[in-house]
Amino acid sequence: MPEVSSPFRFGSLSIPDVDQLVFGTAPHPVKCGAGLEIGAGTVFPEVNFTLPSIGISDQTWTEVVAQYEEMAANIVRRAVAMKVPGVVLEFELLPAMTERPEWGAEITTLLLRHLAAAHKQYNLPTALRVTPTDMRDQGKPPLLREGEPCEQLLRSFELNIAAGADIISIESVGGKEVHDRALMMGDIDAIVYALGVLCPADMRWLWQKIVAMCRANGHTIAGGDSACGFANTAMQLAHQKMLPEVLAAVVRAMSAVRSLAAFEEGAVGPSKDCAYEGPVIKAITGAPISMEGKSAACAHFSPIGNIAEAMCDLWSNESVQNVRLLSGSAPEAFTEMLAYDCRLMNTASERGQALALRDCLTASDEWLSPQAAVLSPKATIAIAQAIVAEKDDYRRTVAAGKASVAILRDGVAGNGLSLSKKELQWLGRIENSLGSLPATAGELHANLGEEYAGLYRPASYGL
Amino acid sequence: MTDLNRLYEAVVAGDAKSSLAVTKEALADGFTPGELVANYMIPAMDEVGRRFECEDYFVPELLLSGRAMKAALEILRPLLAASGAKPAGRVVIGTVKGDLHDIGKNLVGAMLEGAGFEVTDLGTDVSPERFVEAVTQRKANIVCLSALLTVTMPAMRTTLDALKSAGVRDGVKVMIGGAPVTEQYAREIGADSYSENASVAVATARRLVGEAAHA
Repeated sequence: MPEVSSPFRFGSLSIPDVDQLVFGTAPHPVKCGAGLEIGAGTVFPEVNFTLPSIGISDQTWTEVVAQYEEMAANIVRRAVAMKVPGVVLEFELLPAMTERPEWGAEITTLLLRHLAAAHKQYNLPTALRVTPTDMRDQGKPPLLREGEPCEQLLRSFELNIAAGADIISIESVGGKEVHDRALMMGDIDAIVYALGVLCPADMRWLWQKIVAMCRANGHTIAGGDSACGFANTAMQLAHQKMLPEVLAAVVRAMSAVRSLAAFEEGAVGPSKDCAYEGPVIKAITGAPISMEGKSAACAHFSPIGNIAEAMCDLWSNESVQNVRLLSGSAPEAFTEMLAYDCRLMNTASERGQALALRDCLTASDEWLSPQAAVLSPKATIAIAQAIVAEKDDYRRTVAAGKASVAILRDGVAGNGLSLSKKELQWLGRIENSLGSLPATAGELHANLGEEYAGLYRPASYGL
Repeated sequence: MTDLNRLYEAVVAGDAKSSLAVTKEALADGFTPGELVANYMIPAMDEVGRRFECEDYFVPELLLSGRAMKAALEILRPLLAASGAKPAGRVVIGTVKGDLHDIGKNLVGAMLEGAGFEVTDLGTDVSPERFVEAVTQRKANIVCLSALLTVTMPAMRTTLDALKSAGVRDGVKVMIGGAPVTEQYAREIGADSYSENASVAVATARRLVGEAAHA
């Protein structure tokens, strides 16, 4: 992958052939951690874990540390027992651990100690991904480029990188203040403005800083971002029947543009597990991706449990609490489940049957939900091509939206995608809105309702 | 004479312009604000809630209806206050300390407002002290606490403790909600109720206000 960052540098696909878009293999594998190479033919489990219901304070900190000690020991023990070819742990900082960056760095050091011991004793390839919490949206409207939350976030990156984090990621929230309102109102124009103008503007600013810190350190890999606060919010609201599924599907496709901005600023992957837009990123950049699906039912439900696995390079469980199950602890149990899934994918690859397994994973979900329909390898290529054909974030976002609508229309017309009357009405509404958007982001901004003007600070986006 | 069914229909359809126009027309024709709210607007929002429950409406439709109701209420509220009419109840709502999630909380707030409650939204990451202050200042009947993280759920208990310490717990009903929150947790921390979603929250709020009135 080229090291020089420049906006819109991806003008074509790294993987133009749908049959090259498969789990385990990416054109630009990433070497990181202790002997791990991601995207070079093998899928590894990425285990993510969190605390049970306890507060985080000075008084409880000893217990918090003990919980992480226990989780790390259990996960590593299970990974070794399962003879995994390698393992990635993801430490998603809780808000209090980003507010006090020293706490987050302490846990990072703790986890790295467990991984180093496993590497030394068992020669297990390992890596630790660290994901600070983006808390910059605390103010109303949020102050993204200055102020205490921003300083704490940047300090958190700095300390975790210094502590030895192998991969750094974030679920950045710039644009969410507008997107949340727009999503709830089903306002396509404002959704596009958030995803296609505000999000990339914030991400480019943020990722330039993250990439610079990683390069200065020389050890830590700039992984990638996730549209979790955008597309996964839509997915969860659709799951609860609060939003139409077709809207969640279109938002997913459009969100790929903002996540791509991290890579245009120098991120190299693996992208975040909850970034279900990952396959589009992989097709465009050639970077390896982490994904989650049925394995993440411990954290949230989804209609894309199998299809999400089809193109992954790391296979994750999103987040599981450290609670006791009949078998053992929940993080241990999910380590085993991920290990089996990865074992199956890697066996298929060794036998030359990766495409067959990929296609079964795809076909089993593809037409049961519009959200799955936009995640197939074929749909991924179509959305990715629509994105790289345009030269600015706004037009790319609109193009991705239109491509996803076309995929859903095709699905309804000939592939058995069944949509309710209400969903079809919404699909028509989305299609009309996307079709009548102005040519430039400036015109769109001028057309936006006054209700959005007070939600964000233009200066936070360099506007 | 104004056909007031048009007001009902405008609210159900989420047409703010029409709801405002019909309201103005009705006031000019001598209808009382209380009559418009009680007989047409609240029943319209109940119908919207019903459609949402049976999945005929998604949240955007529901919020547009809330907006149509609000547009009419903006001109009715001063008239209602002048006539001594009271809201269905006074609610203070917020996401607890340490938690920045607000979609579910916003939805509950909008639905309660649509149902005729006077809602004070404190936003996210709200300290127990701010809840106490708002409950006291607003003379709230209900306080709604939201949390989306397991690690911020304990802040619900802390907030309840703060309400007790401030001596205002007995005068306010506490409703809690959020993805990791359960009925059992509500019982554990001594909240008055748990609501699974926004529609249930409205019904619960009505019940709690009714119970308090008859206590």
